[in-house]
Amino acid sequence: MHVTHLSLHDFRSYPELELPLEPGASAFIGANGQGKTNLVEAIDYLATLGSHRVAADAPLVRVGAERAVVRASVERGDRTALLEIEITPGRSNRARVNRGPLPRPRDLLGWLRSVVFSPEDLRLVKGDPSDRRHFLDALLILRSPRFAGVRADYDRALRQRNSLLKTARQAGRGKGLETLDVWDGQLAAYGGELLAARLALLDELGPYLAAAYRDVAASAAAERTAAVAEYKPSFDHPDTRDRDVLREAMAEQMRERRRDEIDRGVSLVGPHRDDVVLSLGDLPAKGYASHGESWSFALALRLASYDLLRADGDDPILILDDVFAELDRDRRSHLADRVTEAEQVLVTAAVAEDVPTGLRGRRYDVAAGTATRAEEATDA
Amino acid sequence: MYEGVVQDLIDELGRLPGIGPKSAQRIAFYLLDADPVDVRRFADVLIEVKEKVRFCATCGNVAESETCRICADPRRDQSVLCVVEESKDVVAIERTREFRGRYHVLGGAISPIDGRGPDDLRIRELMQRLADGAITEIILATDPNLEGEATATYLTRLLKPLGLRVTRLASGLPVGGDLEYADEVTLGRAFEGRRTVD
Repeated sequence: MHVTHLSLHDFRSYPELELPLEPGASAFIGANGQGKTNLVEAIDYLATLGSHRVAADAPLVRVGAERAVVRASVERGDRTALLEIEITPGRSNRARVNRGPLPRPRDLLGWLRSVVFSPEDLRLVKGDPSDRRHFLDALLILRSPRFAGVRADYDRALRQRNSLLKTARQAGRGKGLETLDVWDGQLAAYGGELLAARLALLDELGPYLAAAYRDVAASAAAERTAAVAEYKPSFDHPDTRDRDVLREAMAEQMRERRRDEIDRGVSLVGPHRDDVVLSLGDLPAKGYASHGESWSFALALRLASYDLLRADGDDPILILDDVFAELDRDRRSHLADRVTEAEQVLVTAAVAEDVPTGLRGRRYDVAAGTATRAEEATDA
Repeated sequence: MYEGVVQDLIDELGRLPGIGPKSAQRIAFYLLDADPVDVRRFADVLIEVKEKVRFCATCGNVAESETCRICADPRRDQSVLCVVEESKDVVAIERTREFRGRYHVLGGAISPIDGRGPDDLRIRELMQRLADGAITEIILATDPNLEGEATATYLTRLLKPLGLRVTRLASGLPVGGDLEYADEVTLGRAFEGRRTVD
């Protein structure tokens, strides 16, 4: 799929923007703070209903404006869809497809798929478990939007249960816990489903990850060391992808650790405590991998996501946000080689020289809230 | 900022649920323009609603006397009880004219985040109503969301040992809708709750 037109209204630094886009590679070049990333962030927001830069919606709306609107025409095969989201901080957002309103913004998920590479990706390797959980869940939702609901229900059940445990702890041992069984049941039901889906996703991602790491690192050493991502659950469970079995295992663990949970006033069992261990050969990447190896791993995770989505039969939009400045020459060109075939690649960079020649494609100059097509565009 | 009482009115209106500052201002000026008789009637109703309306001693529904209209109606089926979260759910079910039993209004759903546990709901009153054995079926009609489901599960565990028939409202496809537009959760629920056709 690819975006043929992007309109922004009071989104970030843009009061108004109409930007026609084409398949293939486009590079957005401009000094820092001119609004390059805002462009690709808008597309990613339509795809994920979130930003790779901020957790809240408020910063997405131009200062002084009440709401922002992002609209994109997306072409998928021979069909076109007009997607639209209206972002109003503090209220529920509104989404439309082909001008028809959707019951919930969440229903927009699945219409547009994107994979974003950004400097923040290094956190996938060096950051907290929450960064890796977020990576998995985001990919899961991109592939089957239904999991946005499962994840939201799990988070809510978790907040309810934690709230109950905390109040009980303050009130004194065992007080007010008569509904704990009920919340255990809810948490285990959604937890089992989420866990089963994450495990199945990692199974599928594994081969793509190993291949992508070899391609990006592309060194003699990388040939011998396999990049592996292994799920590390917060509790022992049978080696299965059956959500009912996993639900039972989680419920069992919660029963066993109940005393501990009551003492500490917090839920200790479930997907919210899990991690993904990334390793190169026999060593964990975190703490052992060099800076360059960590970058290769982060890129490989994104590339593997891209390959997996592509194998599903839908070419997602690739967004390379300010990522080349972070990479050495070899990694730059290996990454570029891997993605030149993509249906649509959007690249942002402060200076044109950072963008590998294969990806320069059409060039847009971004300055002070405008994006203009540069004349000397195609060098291919 | 407007002067004195006009601003007071806007502030008061703005505190109502679902009304923002702009709507509050629009309503305030509508009231300023309106016929004094209409405004007087509106004001009287506001006072009256707080003075007269009470909650039914039996079911917890809003009522104008000790017992609400439904509980006082001898034609209603004494053996079936429908448990709902709020009074407005009673009105919604009444509109269907399908249900001839009586209600029990819990006054919300279990939600630890909001500090609401079973003791804060009218569950003790529910158990007292069941004591004489006249009621044989309980329909759990709490909202089909996380808190509503949790409340229904909690009540089921409480009620099942009493040997009553306990049912939960079905959730599934909206009537008059298209199958293809149903979201996956709703469609999944509809599959789980499918029934045999005769």
